[in-house]
Amino acid sequence: MTQAQQHEHVAAREKVLEVHNLHVTFKTFGGEVKAVRGVSFDLYKGETLAIVGESGCGKSVTSNAIMGLIPQPPGRIENGQIVYNGKDLSKMPKKALRKIQGMDISMIFQDPMTALNPTLTIGEQLTEGIRTHHGLSKDEAKKRAIEMLNLVGIPNPEERLKQYAHQFSGGMRQRIVIAIALICEPDVLIADEPTTALDVTIQAQILELFASIQERMGISIILITHDLGVVAKIADRIAVMYAGQIIEIGTKRDIFYRNTHPYTRGLLNSVPRLDLLEEELKPIDGTPPDLFDPPVGCGFAARCPFAMDVCEHVEPPATYITEEHRSYCWQQDERAKGLFANY
Amino acid sequence: MVSYIIKRFLMMIATIFIIATLTFALMHSIPGSPFDSDKTSNPVIQQNLEKFYHLDDPLPVQYVSYLKAIVTFDFGPSIKKPNETVNSLLERGFPISLELGMITIIVACISGIILGTLAALRHNGLIDYFAMAIAVIGISIPNFILATVLIQVFAGQLGWLPAATWSSPKHMILPTLALATGPMAIIARLTRSSMLEVLTQDYIKMAKAKGLKPWRIVFRHALRNAMMPVVTIMGTMLASILTGTFVIEKIFAIPGMGKYFVESINNRDYPVIMGTTVFYSAFLVFMLFIVDIVYGLLDPRIKLHKKEGETS
Repeated sequence: MTQAQQHEHVAAREKVLEVHNLHVTFKTFGGEVKAVRGVSFDLYKGETLAIVGESGCGKSVTSNAIMGLIPQPPGRIENGQIVYNGKDLSKMPKKALRKIQGMDISMIFQDPMTALNPTLTIGEQLTEGIRTHHGLSKDEAKKRAIEMLNLVGIPNPEERLKQYAHQFSGGMRQRIVIAIALICEPDVLIADEPTTALDVTIQAQILELFASIQERMGISIILITHDLGVVAKIADRIAVMYAGQIIEIGTKRDIFYRNTHPYTRGLLNSVPRLDLLEEELKPIDGTPPDLFDPPVGCGFAARCPFAMDVCEHVEPPATYITEEHRSYCWQQDERAKGLFANY
Repeated sequence: MVSYIIKRFLMMIATIFIIATLTFALMHSIPGSPFDSDKTSNPVIQQNLEKFYHLDDPLPVQYVSYLKAIVTFDFGPSIKKPNETVNSLLERGFPISLELGMITIIVACISGIILGTLAALRHNGLIDYFAMAIAVIGISIPNFILATVLIQVFAGQLGWLPAATWSSPKHMILPTLALATGPMAIIARLTRSSMLEVLTQDYIKMAKAKGLKPWRIVFRHALRNAMMPVVTIMGTMLASILTGTFVIEKIFAIPGMGKYFVESINNRDYPVIMGTTVFYSAFLVFMLFIVDIVYGLLDPRIKLHKKEGETS
């Protein structure tokens, strides 16, 4: 099958969002940080795409770029397209973008303790988005807000609307943040580490909530996280990011069981496992490259135990292992096949 | 809330009582008496006068009658101005001082908040530099210097505005400007720095992600949170504006309380000293109480009824 045919096949599912060759840079006193260096992925209707990677790999910058939340200056979308509904969000004027923000694409933030405004009631924060976008009256918006609080599992919604953020627990606050993000019934929900700030029992509840909401509303979720446990639980597809680039993307099974990139393997090996008691954790040696001056070749070459000469000089091209499983590693090149048979 | 107000009210009374007692002690520890500057040196007349004003009573007795005067709010006649009572002086002078003070506060708050907010929104831009330059100038120039410069320029050379008195809105412009510039500068700086901090908060990012209009984000989400430090300094600022009115009143020949206040101390006019001091401190304590209430209204996390009452 040629690549063109493969693309055609994938296109049979409905694409909600396409990111093409996204480059984001930040000007700082120390120079220009190339935070995202050519990220491309598609998001399909009703799926959960997890973007995983260590801190500073550009996963949050990618999500902020989609959301139009890159502060400009110092940030800048240098190159690439973010296509939603046939329109390129990265080049849209702010006013037009505001019509999409919160309405078609919305976002959940990491820390529910700081994501809610301490001086406004929950009711106001829930309803202001839908009142702006749909022009609902106060009563209609309130009715909708009560529905949403019921949906995310907050008891006594009517009284709770009049309360402030500090009157809720962390898990409850995250439920409210989710309700705010979903009140306009968006097509795409970007969740930036939605469970990181919560304790484990609450995490499980919030993940269940995600699953049930997705089933009910059919939204597509981009889940930004470094928690592979969360990914295993709710993701359909996974994109692994490293040094501002996607290095491997595929279905959950592809990434967990049929992964091809040494970094993906390293990442999975550094997760503690309860079923293999004797095995020691294997951290990846070295540190991620300096994004002020990113390497010319593969970003992972310096830390990669299998690095070849070519890795340091030429950026690896995309290799399609299956139509959905894409890897950026020279090992997958035809010419390198056989070299690593022993591994 | 009601129990907080009652508690707070009792604390206010205690505060005023302490101020009154201190004033009494200080007043009588200054050497001299109201009649020192009188031409007559006849000891008999002196004695009769002292007897008339109960100044020959032992201090504890005077203290008790002084407290009685405060409670009944009748401070009796002025010693140096025989035709006036303290109450009539207050009635005449205080409304004018209050007017000057209140206009100043309002002008300083509104202009300071607007200037600070604009500076924060255009951080490191032209407006920011301009606003901060004004703020530095405003903080460093004392109001009496500014007042004389304003008179010289706008009343003297340009002749646009009257130089003195307090008879029409036009007359109010220069004194208000002179008095409001300092507080405005402080408020502008404070608003700017707290606004800058608030604008980096997650909830502002979240408001942006909702697709709200920028003005709504600033006014509804940011400004209220940024106002907390401004409200905090409001209390002390009120005190400085109130005493600032004395100087400005003198420069612009405004017939407010300032003149009587200063004169009364020079003349050891005991009833006027205690009347004005107690009245002003009561006013200030009350304003601080209002500030605390506003605090609670701005930030729902501050629960007034649970807080222990405090003397401010």
